[in-house]
Amino acid sequence: MAFNILEPGLATTVQDRGRPGYYNVGIPQGGAMDQLSAEMANSLVGNTGTEAVLECTYIGPKLVSDEDAVVAVTGAPVEVKINDVVQEQWARLQLRAGDQLSFGMLSGGTRYYIAVQGGIDVPSVLGSRSTYTLGAMGGFNGRALQAGDTVPVGAQHTPYDDVPSPARVDEAERPAFDREVTVRVLPGLYDHRLTEDGLSTLLSAEWTLTPVADRMGLRYAGPELSWKPRQQPFGAGSDPSNIVDAGYAVGSIQVPGGKEPIILHRDAVSGGGYAMVATVISADMDLLARSAPGTTTAFRSVSMDEALQARREMNERRARIWEWAR
Amino acid sequence: MSDIISPLPGIFYRKPGPDKEPYAEEGERIEAGQTIGVVEIMKQFSEIRSDVSGVLEKFLVEDAGTVNPGAVIATVTAE
Repeated sequence: MAFNILEPGLATTVQDRGRPGYYNVGIPQGGAMDQLSAEMANSLVGNTGTEAVLECTYIGPKLVSDEDAVVAVTGAPVEVKINDVVQEQWARLQLRAGDQLSFGMLSGGTRYYIAVQGGIDVPSVLGSRSTYTLGAMGGFNGRALQAGDTVPVGAQHTPYDDVPSPARVDEAERPAFDREVTVRVLPGLYDHRLTEDGLSTLLSAEWTLTPVADRMGLRYAGPELSWKPRQQPFGAGSDPSNIVDAGYAVGSIQVPGGKEPIILHRDAVSGGGYAMVATVISADMDLLARSAPGTTTAFRSVSMDEALQARREMNERRARIWEWAR
Repeated sequence: MSDIISPLPGIFYRKPGPDKEPYAEEGERIEAGQTIGVVEIMKQFSEIRSDVSGVLEKFLVEDAGTVNPGAVIATVTAE
């Protein structure tokens, strides 16, 4: 079976848990930007956590299913419509053959997810169905969806009424889509290049997410950061925010020229010559993915122990989604 | 009066390019479906169109201004 794409939306891509293990050769981990929302969508339709979903950014697709399908939409708050009738978000939905799924205007956040029982059935590339558009690999022909595409969907295995998972995600369990967020960071690896004042500005200022934000990274506006003066080493370039090229960590924050910090996200390049002054902890990467332009953001410094504890808590939260499957 | 709304966040531009003429001016007659500007987000430009024919009364967002989903970009007095 398949989804026929009438309108593609702004940047609708196939995503799953990602493609870890190849960052050292320049291929990013990718995967759904908001992993928690994507996973909740999979649970609603009776999938496992590994099936591929459609990630919709700001403007979603208009599509028609050629067979009956069990679907769910999670993530950024948006009006979900089947044949122009508004449906519940964060809930299991029945799409009949020929039904049209479409969306209204986003009222917060950035990305929402369409899961379908059986998953989006594109070929797996290096162990993942995720689309890496910059590398033109994975997903549907290595690109965002276009009008006229026929997107393959895996077989439906359980009728709507027999799906054993909860039919909706309780409001208390859903992630928030706030206009003010605090993001936890671990200073380093190059925080020593900032002056004391520069580092304290990074960790105390109010930052605003600019519209320059996508799967590769997010750029923030705020005050300028000051760097310690030094004789730049050979190969580091002349700007004090430059370093001799190094590997980038997912979530690392670079500040070209000391202005407008950029946080690297799931489709980021794997290395380059900007000092990474801090790194967002893995548990807060989804939070960044949910931030809409204009979101007021504070960076709070945490220790490695706190970061690992937050990761454990996030993993427990994700495990709770799958209690029904045990 | 009808509102022209941005469905997405980004930067609103009244012109197709820096050296080009604006898509539309205040006080001008526009047709339903006519483009009155573009919104740039993620290196993509989405055209903003009027749903109705009428006179474009006023732009409520300045050129190169930031918009959020649901923002009223301009008002049109429909015929």
